[in-house]
Amino acid sequence: MIINHPLLGPRDSAEFTYLGDAKLIDRPDAASENAAQEFYEYAYLRDNPAGWHKELWFHEAGDRSWLVVTRNTLTHEISKVELARDVARSRGRSK
Amino acid sequence: MRYSGFKVIKEALMGHKGWTPAWRDPEPQPHYDIVIIGGGGHGLATAYYLAKEFKQKRIAVLEKGWIGGGNVGRNTTIIRSNYLLDGNEPFYEFSLKLWEGLEQDFNYNAMISQRGILNLIHTDAQRDAFTRRGNAMILNGADAEMLTTAQIKKRYPFLNTEDSRFPIKGGLAQHRGGTVRHDAVAWGYARGADSRGVDIIQNCEVTGFKIENGKCLGVETSRGFIGATKVGCAVAGSSSRLMSKANMRLPMESHVLQAFVSEGLKPVMPGVVTFGAGHFYCSQSDKGGLVFGGDIDGYNSYAQRGNLPVVEDVCEGGMAIFPAFGRARMLRMWGGIMDMSMDGSPIIDRTHIDGLYFNGGWCYGGFKATPASGFCFAHLLTHDAPHPTAKAYRFNRFEKGLVIDEKGMGNQPNLH
Amino acid sequence: MSQVNRLNGGQVNADQPLKFKFDGKSFTGQQGDTLASALLANGVRLMGRSFKYHRPRGVLTAGSEEPNALVELRTGARQEPNTRATTIELFDGLTAKSQNRLGPLQFDLLAINDRFSNFLTAGFYYKTFMWPAAFWEKIYEPIIRHAAGLGSLSLQEDPDVYDKGFLHCDLLVIGAGPAGLAAALTAGRSGAQVILADEDFRMGGRLNSETFVLGDQSGADWADSVIAELASLSNVRVMPRTTIIGAFDHGIYGAVERISDHKIVPDAGKPRQILWRIYTKRTVLAAGAIERPIAFENNDRPGIMLASAIRTYANRFAVAADQRIAIFTNNDDGHRTAQDLHAKGIKISAVVDVRPDAPRSMDYEVLNGEVVDTKGRLGLTFAEVRLADGTMRALECGALGVSGGWNPNVHMTCHQRGRPTWNDALAAFVPGGVLPPGMTVAGAANGDMSTAGALKGGAAAASSVLKDLGLTAKTIKLPQTEDTPVAIKPFWYVEGCSRAWLDQQNDVTVKDVKLSHQEGFRSVEHLKRYTTLGMATDQGKTSNMGGLAIMAELAGKTIPEVGTTIFRPPYTPTSIGVLAGRHRGQEFHPKRLTPSHKWAQEQGAVFVEVGNWLRAQWFPRAGETTWRESVDREVLATRKSVGVCDVTTLGKVDVQGADAAAFLNKIYCNAFAKLEVGKTRYGLMLREDGIAKDDGTAARLAEDHFVVTTTTANALPVYRHMEFVRQCLFPDMDVQLISTTEAWAQYAIAGPNSRALLQKIVDPDTEISNEAFPFMGCANITVCGGLRARLFRISFSGELAYEIAVPTAYGDALIRKIMEVGTEFDVTPYGTEALGVMRIEKGHAAGNELNGTTTAQNLGMGRMVSKTKDSIGSKLSEREGLNAAGDLRQVGIKPVNPADAVPAGAHLMNADGPVDAAHDQGYVTSACFSPNLGHAIALGFLKNGDTRLGEVMRIVSPLNDYATTVEIVSAHFIDPQGERLRA
Repeated sequence: MIINHPLLGPRDSAEFTYLGDAKLIDRPDAASENAAQEFYEYAYLRDNPAGWHKELWFHEAGDRSWLVVTRNTLTHEISKVELARDVARSRGRSK
Repeated sequence: MRYSGFKVIKEALMGHKGWTPAWRDPEPQPHYDIVIIGGGGHGLATAYYLAKEFKQKRIAVLEKGWIGGGNVGRNTTIIRSNYLLDGNEPFYEFSLKLWEGLEQDFNYNAMISQRGILNLIHTDAQRDAFTRRGNAMILNGADAEMLTTAQIKKRYPFLNTEDSRFPIKGGLAQHRGGTVRHDAVAWGYARGADSRGVDIIQNCEVTGFKIENGKCLGVETSRGFIGATKVGCAVAGSSSRLMSKANMRLPMESHVLQAFVSEGLKPVMPGVVTFGAGHFYCSQSDKGGLVFGGDIDGYNSYAQRGNLPVVEDVCEGGMAIFPAFGRARMLRMWGGIMDMSMDGSPIIDRTHIDGLYFNGGWCYGGFKATPASGFCFAHLLTHDAPHPTAKAYRFNRFEKGLVIDEKGMGNQPNLH
Repeated sequence: MSQVNRLNGGQVNADQPLKFKFDGKSFTGQQGDTLASALLANGVRLMGRSFKYHRPRGVLTAGSEEPNALVELRTGARQEPNTRATTIELFDGLTAKSQNRLGPLQFDLLAINDRFSNFLTAGFYYKTFMWPAAFWEKIYEPIIRHAAGLGSLSLQEDPDVYDKGFLHCDLLVIGAGPAGLAAALTAGRSGAQVILADEDFRMGGRLNSETFVLGDQSGADWADSVIAELASLSNVRVMPRTTIIGAFDHGIYGAVERISDHKIVPDAGKPRQILWRIYTKRTVLAAGAIERPIAFENNDRPGIMLASAIRTYANRFAVAADQRIAIFTNNDDGHRTAQDLHAKGIKISAVVDVRPDAPRSMDYEVLNGEVVDTKGRLGLTFAEVRLADGTMRALECGALGVSGGWNPNVHMTCHQRGRPTWNDALAAFVPGGVLPPGMTVAGAANGDMSTAGALKGGAAAASSVLKDLGLTAKTIKLPQTEDTPVAIKPFWYVEGCSRAWLDQQNDVTVKDVKLSHQEGFRSVEHLKRYTTLGMATDQGKTSNMGGLAIMAELAGKTIPEVGTTIFRPPYTPTSIGVLAGRHRGQEFHPKRLTPSHKWAQEQGAVFVEVGNWLRAQWFPRAGETTWRESVDREVLATRKSVGVCDVTTLGKVDVQGADAAAFLNKIYCNAFAKLEVGKTRYGLMLREDGIAKDDGTAARLAEDHFVVTTTTANALPVYRHMEFVRQCLFPDMDVQLISTTEAWAQYAIAGPNSRALLQKIVDPDTEISNEAFPFMGCANITVCGGLRARLFRISFSGELAYEIAVPTAYGDALIRKIMEVGTEFDVTPYGTEALGVMRIEKGHAAGNELNGTTTAQNLGMGRMVSKTKDSIGSKLSEREGLNAAGDLRQVGIKPVNPADAVPAGAHLMNADGPVDAAHDQGYVTSACFSPNLGHAIALGFLKNGDTRLGEVMRIVSPLNDYATTVEIVSAHFIDPQGERLRA
């Protein structure tokens, strides 16, 4: 596969390390009342869709960016690649 | 119809007129006591043991395509019970014992061949870990033997022990491990189940569950509604897709695992060799093909096909230990969808929905588990309580922190 | 008898005779021959045996789809089993032998199987060999295994090398027949970056095999001229002998280029083959079509071939398959073979056509009928024909050309799970459904069966690709050539036939397909798996269609309703060697060497693999005969005076920024915010699931600067995790990370004299007294007269110890300096074994304890998990299963009898009671002999271990038949109060 890195252009997926669903960005608030349940769901439950999937890839043999790749799990087509940091900010994460 | 050498000879002399279909092609009934979704190895085994061991009646297996078309028809045929953890080892050893009597039990020659499996050791730390594992196996009633490099070399003289990047310092062997003709497992269970009255319904895709007041009443299918008192799901890589129809999210990801076979060759590999450090394992089929594989590709996929980097990685591992294989040719590569669970171990459990039961999360260890998985799932469906060897395979183990993590990789499915 | 069947002409060179041997017999062929054509030229029809019945087999095809003529090529370590004679480019000195036989090829003893074929029908083995149960592995299976298989491996190490490479292009053209050449020429002249690949050693595809002209040139000459032009274009790479093996995701194709397979041995410095990964924007698949046979009784005898193959042998290789040839066809193309052969003066016994309206000929007899049987034990002698009026006729012939029509070569269009669609006019599947992205199909592969159609299709496909890529297509002038429409009547098998072969290699006959249907194996996949149809080395390229057609008829379905099995890569079987490339032997994985490696080699160190690193394991000295002697000495010398060890392999991460401390607070479960500048702290890192992930130290060199260390094994995963936390979870933290593992050479200097030694290295302005630089101190310093360095007062050994880091380039110099200034203290270099002994003596956890399943509590560090902050893993570490009563705790273990060993991997059992899994109390994780204590010691995990110190237990290792009695003790065997560290 080829991942079109937003900073570096097309790179072979072999340069990357895969983590999983980009929902891993949405780490729950440990102070939440329901934190135990939320952390369980965060750590263990997955949508695992057959179709479009936003997922995290790390450019390990490259610039060490974490990317959010939108990829179809049925066809492996990639429609979008973003810097995970931008996605994280857009999802309200900060410090 | 009972199969035997005598029957084969008789039919040969009679022009093979007497052979009948190995299973019927029934129309679905409006209601069954138990409906199993998934006509793969586990689903068919479940139906077989439900009918044979647990004396259940009115059972159907629903398969969206052709039976045996999932991972039971596309794996590398290895059976073994060389597990470490108490949550796993008794279950896999139970499975291995069922394998040992299976052919006579279901009257089908699945070519179960206990030619042995060997895990190579390259470092002292690996030796420590394999020693602990071998001891756990023996303490659980399985067999294990630590072999020296010289002993291994005697059995595999073409193993590269001289110029190996990672020196071979021995290996943990399980002599009762081996290989099975994988398709025949599906067919044998199907035939055995069918002859005991189970309806095996192919080309019947489940499109939804009928759930009312927290109780599952049956399934919507491409061939209409089929009512059921109990519904058991055994669809491996399609688990998340299926269970999402019951609004369940599973602790699971679907990944592609590739496997490979070479052209037919005169026998060279007496057993199964696993080179974990090099992501390579290999055996040789009775037909002569080297059957080999390695790691999953590592990304979520339902495509049933993989990519070149892993193909190359596997062959590199192969050439590292068997440099004589360079002139053998890879004939075919294929991929299956693995139901990679969050701790690398399976789930055989009731769901929170009354009457709906689940079997999945086999990662790439499902084939060897087929008999015990079927048996234990049948036990659960019959008694509403887990079989003693499968009592750790619960949904709630993640919530409770009771994971069964053989490799110690944590909640990242592609590392198991 | 030399080349009795050789004709004139063709694309072989009569002036270049090549000598070769087949089954020990010497023959002569010509430059341009394949092994198959050369054998046929010499009148050899029998080339092999089938898989199951060991029936005599000759060549069926003239291409890579060959199921029958498989040989063991070459001898010794280069022996290649199952090599298709039809694709072996003849070279001088070639040796080959037939395979899968017991005894000589003519008198294969296993041909007895054929006599019992009635018992050995499809799937018979599933129904028998079950009694007695023990007999399967002892008797039946060994017999089956030895009879099965095809060729043999030499089992010697493959002596050749294989390379890998990467290519990029705008357009990949697969196949250099008329369509491919037209496509490549169009794109090449238009300036696109083009790769043209063809599996054959001679490009041109069918143009080499046909007699019709293109303009005023022969097809072969036209092809030559186009290839010459393409080769002259700098933007075109022409790759003959190159098979595209598969279409992978995102326009990546695998290709195998055979550099040396047509040579007796590879030229010096040349690989045997190269695996190319081709990255292309677009692909034109012009892979042509493959002719298919018709099934009739005994249609598998040597001499029975595809009609097109006979034509190829005659036209391209100047070889008559025999002097008397018959044709059996259901379409007009079969007649072409007869015309071409007749023109070459070969006797046509007759053309048998199933169609009443078949074309007539003035030159030879055309019969309306069917071939119903054949004769000839080791080679065809007669074909029995049933004419339309029912009369029988025996045709004398040594070769029979069969044409059942052509299948477009859709293989590669299906590599991404696309399914072909049915075309009634061709009675064949054509590309359909969803093709791999970027792929266009042209020529016969797309169902354009005429030469003119192929040329036009290829040029049009290229033009459309160019437009797509924003390039201007130059139109090329295509030569005038034949444009004959396909005329075919679908005809798959002769009514009433039974032992009529579909899969000639695997011996699958019409009868087997019928039995498969009868027994309910009706899905196309069940048919394949039950009968093994299409599972041979040709993957059903010539056999599958016949099987599908018969199954369709039996099931009362159409062929497209039955469907095809899945086409999978590789397109043709691919050597495992080329897929591995150079990654074998010592080059399997790269070696990472430590900065002191060269120096350690000079000392005669023994090295050990730690991941990809090589580390010194111990440093043997003269007179030492066992590793234990060396290791014991290193440990004792270190604890007595001072030792030095290269610890560069530990991961190092620089953490900088205003939020560096806040960041560490997230990744470590223990607190870091208040760590003073100039201090180091042990850190335990959890995974989000609450299990220990890794441990190490974090040294605060400045308010906004920490240096974090990781274990050697986890250097990469921990860095990746830290970047995840930084980028994905806390994107606005002012913190930057960089892995500096390779940037700093780091040495541990341990032992009571370590400070005194160090004093001789550090520059005078650096104060390292115990007061000025206490335990867990850290600082940026200079050494050896101005060299920047980092100094940490940390200890893995339990001694007064430091770790000192200098830029990697100075690593070698520093170890030499340390050894030089340390002479007066008898400084002793120690390796990983002594390191391991000392950390076990001290009770420090390492990889064997941090095994991915242990919690902080298990490790005895439960109190480190801060309850006052949220860190990765803190929440899920609170789950009940991770805090259960009776949980494992790390303990020390020593044998009751000091002479006994305590092997790692042994399990702990109570002193009395049963020994089984149900009574398991824990296990030994790490063990060694302690030279300081004079007996074995070990670390382990024991249920409730923290409350069981002093208890006498058993350890059992049934794997080694070993058991002994041990005492549970504190894990801190040496200096439990930590006085030495702080000295």
